[in-house]
Amino acid sequence: MKAAVIVFPGSNCDRDVQVTLRDVSGVEPVMVWHKESSFEDVDLIVLPGGFSYGDYLRSGAMASKSQVMREVVKRAGNGVPVLGICNGFQVLTESGLLPGALMRNANLKFICKDVHLKVESSQSLFTSAYETGQVVRIPVAHHDGNYFAGEEELDRLEGNGQIAFRYVEQDGSVEAAANPNGSARNIAGVYNETKTVLGLMPHPERLADPQLGGIDGKGMFTSLLESLS
Amino acid sequence: MSEITPEVVAEHGLNETEYQRVLEIMGREPNLLELGIFSVMWSEHCSYKSSKKWLKTLPTEAPHVIEGPGENAGVIDIGDGLAAVFKMESHNHPSFIEPYQGAATGVGGILRDVFTMGARPIANLNALRFGSPDHAKTRHLVSGVVAGIGGYGNCVGVPTVGGEVNFDPSYNGNILVNAMTVGLAPANRIFKAAAQGVGNPVIYVGSKTGRDGIHGATMASAEFDDDSDEKRPTVQVGDPFTEKLLIEACLELMETDAIIGIQDMGAAGLTSSSFEMASKGGMGVELNLDQVPCREDGMTPYEMMLSESQERMLMVLKPGNEDMARAIMEKWDLDFAVIGTLTESGRMVLRMHGEVVGDLPIDPLAEASPEYDRPWVPTPARDELNAEDLPIPADTGKVLHQLMGSPNLCSRRWIWEQYDHMVMADTQARPGGDAAVVRVHGTGRALAISTDCTPRYCQADPARGGAQAVAESWRNLTAVGATPLAITDNMNFGNPEKPEIMGQFVGCIEGMRAACDALAYPVVSGNVSLYNETNGAAILPTPAIGGVGVIDDATKTAGVGFTEEGVDIVLIGETTGHLGSTTYLSEIEGRSDGAPPVVDLEQEKRNGDFVRNLIKSGQVTVCHDISDGGLAVSVAEMALAGGIGATVEQPSGITVPLHAWLFGEDQARYLVATASSEKLLQDAQAEGVSASIIGRTGGKTLTLPGGSPTSLGDLSRAHEGWLPGYMAGTVN
Repeated sequence: MKAAVIVFPGSNCDRDVQVTLRDVSGVEPVMVWHKESSFEDVDLIVLPGGFSYGDYLRSGAMASKSQVMREVVKRAGNGVPVLGICNGFQVLTESGLLPGALMRNANLKFICKDVHLKVESSQSLFTSAYETGQVVRIPVAHHDGNYFAGEEELDRLEGNGQIAFRYVEQDGSVEAAANPNGSARNIAGVYNETKTVLGLMPHPERLADPQLGGIDGKGMFTSLLESLS
Repeated sequence: MSEITPEVVAEHGLNETEYQRVLEIMGREPNLLELGIFSVMWSEHCSYKSSKKWLKTLPTEAPHVIEGPGENAGVIDIGDGLAAVFKMESHNHPSFIEPYQGAATGVGGILRDVFTMGARPIANLNALRFGSPDHAKTRHLVSGVVAGIGGYGNCVGVPTVGGEVNFDPSYNGNILVNAMTVGLAPANRIFKAAAQGVGNPVIYVGSKTGRDGIHGATMASAEFDDDSDEKRPTVQVGDPFTEKLLIEACLELMETDAIIGIQDMGAAGLTSSSFEMASKGGMGVELNLDQVPCREDGMTPYEMMLSESQERMLMVLKPGNEDMARAIMEKWDLDFAVIGTLTESGRMVLRMHGEVVGDLPIDPLAEASPEYDRPWVPTPARDELNAEDLPIPADTGKVLHQLMGSPNLCSRRWIWEQYDHMVMADTQARPGGDAAVVRVHGTGRALAISTDCTPRYCQADPARGGAQAVAESWRNLTAVGATPLAITDNMNFGNPEKPEIMGQFVGCIEGMRAACDALAYPVVSGNVSLYNETNGAAILPTPAIGGVGVIDDATKTAGVGFTEEGVDIVLIGETTGHLGSTTYLSEIEGRSDGAPPVVDLEQEKRNGDFVRNLIKSGQVTVCHDISDGGLAVSVAEMALAGGIGATVEQPSGITVPLHAWLFGEDQARYLVATASSEKLLQDAQAEGVSASIIGRTGGKTLTLPGGSPTSLGDLSRAHEGWLPGYMAGTVN
């Protein structure tokens, strides 16, 4: 599995995901600078976490207009899988590759902690190594992770199976108390219609090494490896 | 008429004697720009004029020390050809005036001190002291400082992994924000400030220069009064995004061999950076201020030289590398300008619009930097408090509950959950333990990092307090299995012109020196912040210690949480039941008298070495040091962290009164939980280390002798509840 990691000025989880991709796939990812207009053919494109262009405007808004994103949008249109983590998710909604928007956390504070997520379905490139309904522990670290979409849009996403992850209690129940940021219907991650593009606020790359206290995040990368190799 | 009136001199913080020296050095009356440069270079903040005499007495050497005090940060060898580069620095005055930007730029400044030396920053910590929770400004300051630290650190992508917080009324008008950064660099590739080579270009990179922060260093060297809010324009504004670009661009340029010397523009901006680079290299420097990238038109030389705009660096390159360096900076969208050259004149010559606007001799100014032997009086010794004179509490369980939910002992989760403490994916032990553990990327090692100080001890007995701060730092690193290597110190005190305050400073240094010597734990960098007073009332003496240690095998470490039911809890170290100046005394009895605990450095070392070996050999994986709140609070923290309860029993034959045994703050002590306590006790005896079984893990309640059982749920609500409740305004 050959992956490209897009590096915007202000990206700061680019190395973290590079390490995980390398560890899981054994293949060195290609790091692509935001000023590039093309890059080699890859099996997967990853938009990492961070504060692209400082995120002084809406998070992800500047990055969505960057040179490299034109190419990413084009390739996504051709079916190349795209994974957006945290700021990457924000870039994906801003560039229209995913529905909805990510607003400031409901408590208005940056929040960094482990949360529990329910894997809505194992039927995707990104989740095949998990069980449907499995509860995993993965950290969040963001200021703008409050997922919003209109009620009709949310109904449609649910109907199409486009909800990838929800914030839940450890026992899998969907409770307001389990929602760290006020996201609509506890949504932590969504797919595009063809389920080839995934955006999520939690950071699976941060719990993919037992020495760091857990490996629940690793499943996403092993899923991709199985699906794309 | 001269523009340099006595009023102008006074506004620049120079006294009459100092101004006479300016006249002697210049051989003429200085112009306003030159006076401004003297003012900042001789400010307490830049010159250490009151503290130098005493700082020199601290031990700074060890085989693993690569660079001690004097550079931007200290450097120690951590093995595998790598070095840890670290320093702690205060941003107290700006953070009180404008908490968000003050704290944010404090983080930015200390990051630059570290990456200036060629190190990639890998961890931030911060030691914070706020006023009383019921003071009108405290909530606002906590909220702003925490948001500012997070806002900056989260964006630059360096994890904020630890620190400490105290509340005390002495900080009501003068909070302390001490920020620490640790970075990693190749041990044989450390960059320094010294400028070399006549004719070599002087390069400016980073953000443009604006009118912000002019005279910040002078402000930081004065006391506060009721009009301090008017000083808000002297606070700088941070741009963490540019800092992130500057880190990446500088580290990329450092991969080449183009840089001769590099210095960040911190306090006193372009003035102190160019001055220090030239002075350290024995060079002269000529700057063409027309070339300085400016944010706005019409800036005067005075404003350019004294601006403290953030995210700027000055470097001297080997000739012929300008285009390559410019290309790297442009890749990262940063300004790059050749603003001057090195000369052999020994002078700093500043030109603008073709005219000389300033001309000062470098060495005479640096060498004549004032150094004072300020008068001091020793702090009067306090009587030892006899625990038997204090009433015995009716229910020790209730006392514990109250302590665990008190402002100074409650959980700091509300704070550290606002910091990205995991970015870079090497944080092995997150905040909340004895020390943060951060892996050394790409090796099997890890660094342990902690900040420590108990200001009330320093107030009660500066020498004991100074020694205790160093010893507690050493102990916290030991408790995660690390070998403590070196410290950075951030000396926060009141007005040094008062002999009592100077006496506190001298006393703390004396204690620190003794502890550093006994524990082979030298000082490699530091910062002094004086004049922390408002309307004449000083803060508690606060020598904050930032410690760094190494864990050779990162898989051999310990955490504070109980991991197993039904195992023994072993107390290591001697318990005399010291209650003077303790948290128990202030929280439960409402008193703050009595001498603080003695630090027996020999015992400290013996006990610590014993504990470290238990962890390194894999015999122990659960360990916690005993500090504020004593044994009972430590057991409670271990229980809450692991979600496993415990029953504590006083071993037979103990004559120490129960409340003193449970809540006393004797030093050099640790708790470990182990299934093989018998062997541990034998080993301890063989090593001459005092050790005894004081309880057993298990269940979901915590039971103390003389107390009703407390459920972990209740304890957790008290411990986790206070800070969020306070910040939401629902509790005081």
